[in-house]
Amino acid sequence: MSTTTARDLAHPSRAEAPPARPRRGLRGSRTLSFWLFIGPFLLGLALFVYVPIGWSLYLSFFEARFTVTPEKFTGFDNYTYMLTDPDFVGSLGTFTVFAAFIVPTTWALSLGLALMVNRLRFMRGFFRSVFFLPTACSYVAAALIWKMSIFSGVRFGLMNTVLGWFGVENIAWLADPNPPWYWLVIVSARLWLQSGFYMILFLAALQNIPGELYEAAAIDGAKPGWQTFRHITLPQLRATSTAVVLLLLIAAYQAFDEFFNLLSKTTWGRPPLVELYYTALGENQDYGAGSAGAVILTVLICAVTLLQGKFLGFGKGEESK
Amino acid sequence: MSATSNSTWSRRSLLRAAAGMAAAGSLAACGGNTGRGGGSGSGKNLVQYFHAYGEAGTEQAIKRYAAAYRGARVSTQWITSADFESKLFATLLTKNAPDVFEFHPQIQMVRSGQVADLTDLVAPVKDDFNPADIASHTVDGKTYGVRMIDDPQFFFYRKSMLDKAGVRVPETLDELIEAAARLTTGKVKGLFLGNDLHAVINPMIWSAGADTLNAKNEIAYHTDGVVDGLKKMRSVFTSGDLLLDAPTDYWDPSALNQGLCAIQFCGMWAMPQFQKALGDDWGVFPFPKVTAAGKPSVYNGGWSMFVNAKGENVDAAKEYVKWLWIEQKKYQEDWATSYGFHIPPRTSIAASASKLKTGTPAEGVRLFNEFGHFDNIGWTQAMITALEDVFADCVRKDGSPEAALDKADKAVGRELKKLFG
Repeated sequence: MSTTTARDLAHPSRAEAPPARPRRGLRGSRTLSFWLFIGPFLLGLALFVYVPIGWSLYLSFFEARFTVTPEKFTGFDNYTYMLTDPDFVGSLGTFTVFAAFIVPTTWALSLGLALMVNRLRFMRGFFRSVFFLPTACSYVAAALIWKMSIFSGVRFGLMNTVLGWFGVENIAWLADPNPPWYWLVIVSARLWLQSGFYMILFLAALQNIPGELYEAAAIDGAKPGWQTFRHITLPQLRATSTAVVLLLLIAAYQAFDEFFNLLSKTTWGRPPLVELYYTALGENQDYGAGSAGAVILTVLICAVTLLQGKFLGFGKGEESK
Repeated sequence: MSATSNSTWSRRSLLRAAAGMAAAGSLAACGGNTGRGGGSGSGKNLVQYFHAYGEAGTEQAIKRYAAAYRGARVSTQWITSADFESKLFATLLTKNAPDVFEFHPQIQMVRSGQVADLTDLVAPVKDDFNPADIASHTVDGKTYGVRMIDDPQFFFYRKSMLDKAGVRVPETLDELIEAAARLTTGKVKGLFLGNDLHAVINPMIWSAGADTLNAKNEIAYHTDGVVDGLKKMRSVFTSGDLLLDAPTDYWDPSALNQGLCAIQFCGMWAMPQFQKALGDDWGVFPFPKVTAAGKPSVYNGGWSMFVNAKGENVDAAKEYVKWLWIEQKKYQEDWATSYGFHIPPRTSIAASASKLKTGTPAEGVRLFNEFGHFDNIGWTQAMITALEDVFADCVRKDGSPEAALDKADKAVGRELKKLFG
């Protein structure tokens, strides 16, 4: 091959190459480099991830109120308490409702945006940026804008002003859980914040679909639009869709900022992280119960992830299908 | 230059650069705001935590007092109100904990050894303090905090609005609910109790003739009167006459000042702002009685100074607290009456506080003296949360009051068992 030939021409004789450094030294140097590069991160990982996880597991078996160095061993009391605590159990239900709504909605919206932007013939970059920009906004800032400006319950809140034009009374979006308007506030905030990011993922996947597939389908008589989308586009997006669903589910598990800032001090609309925050950090300072809740949640997340991987076939190569 | 030597030079350079950056980082950390510097005093460095007061000038005042202290360099962390409790509690577990901090008296802080015994500081002037303030900071004969200010909380109302609607000042909860209905117009709601209603929980319990805990530290809030009160609170919540989702919470006078409501629950601290915005067109009244057996009540909030018992500078911190909150009466009066209005816990200072002697502020002091309820040191944060959940479950959400109180009993009982056996 030409590459080999060129190299051979540049270096006609291997025997003239400078003598290699002793293998032992070279290996030692590589090992040193490995540890120099990996060491700090490994140390950080151990110090800030594994030690706290281990410590949390330890705390979960003790009465640890207002201290993280407890002395009173309580066995599984904290686990029993958390599993029978209606607020903690309710938070798992809240998460389920939230995930069941936000995952498919964000998936559909981001895919829709990607399809729309992909079809644009001009200003595609502009619209791509416009939809992606909210990703750069902090969840806390967005929550405050949603709470104090758009969904403020008084007459000068944006939504209430608009509704007022049609003679609709002011709505207390966040104060009154009946009806649960707070879900509209929370879901719309999260959709605005994250749809642009997943749109970019879908856009990249759409641009990777070979044009020949659509041409072949057209020759075979496939109608453009829904039929093409259903039988060509959607199957081609399967890998990206699976990844997006997984990422969305993880993001839903980690939901905290908008719930915490939009719904402070309620007994509803609390996902598990907010519930654990109030148990362990906010005011109650019960690190034992909080740690037990964290362990329960971890086990639950692991189980759901494994099940999801099994059902969606995530991580399987094409050859194994 | 050979490749090998070049490589060695690069590696050394890299290490030197890394060491330089580390040193620079350390120096930067020394020069940065670690919270331990500042102040013009000498000797030890002390850190004090304050929540962010809403009244203009308070942060500057606290820093001015600290700068005047010569016994140590005192720096102040001024923490946003919503984050104060969580930041304080979390930091108290670390070596970066403040030496001095403000909070409310709570027994679990005493039991877990977080706050230092200040009996020797308070003893010489004990008789000059409001006895209820001393009692609310005392466990087993030892005093664990120095009260800085008392903050009575009651209803503020627009006189002109009540006059126009022909409504007299409510004396019962039923009358308050009726007044809210008559005062509600197209743009103005009759009543504002705060966005989460938490501020009126204890007053409602007291006005129903009950209490949070009794003298034996047993549950005292689970009574028929309280159940009745919860039902009435639910009726006003759903009436459409209550201001919900206001831009600021009960502690801020904006809802009444901006004409969003006719009656607002707030604290005495906001009186200067009411005076400035409304002139004389405002008055105050206590939380009205809920049942025939109850009587009006006023919650005396407030803030106290505590010394971190696990800190490295306990003695220096105690000296500072003694200097500022025991000896410096001028600063104490300035703190209580120059920004918002608060009642000085020292009777000698309260007696000379001229701003509180006339008009509505004097009426506020009268209500404080006649109907006031002070913090119970045995009523902890977990118990406070339990009753907040009661309001959330059966007033804001349409749950059964009995079921909500049973749930609270479980949480409070668990807490009482841990604290008192």
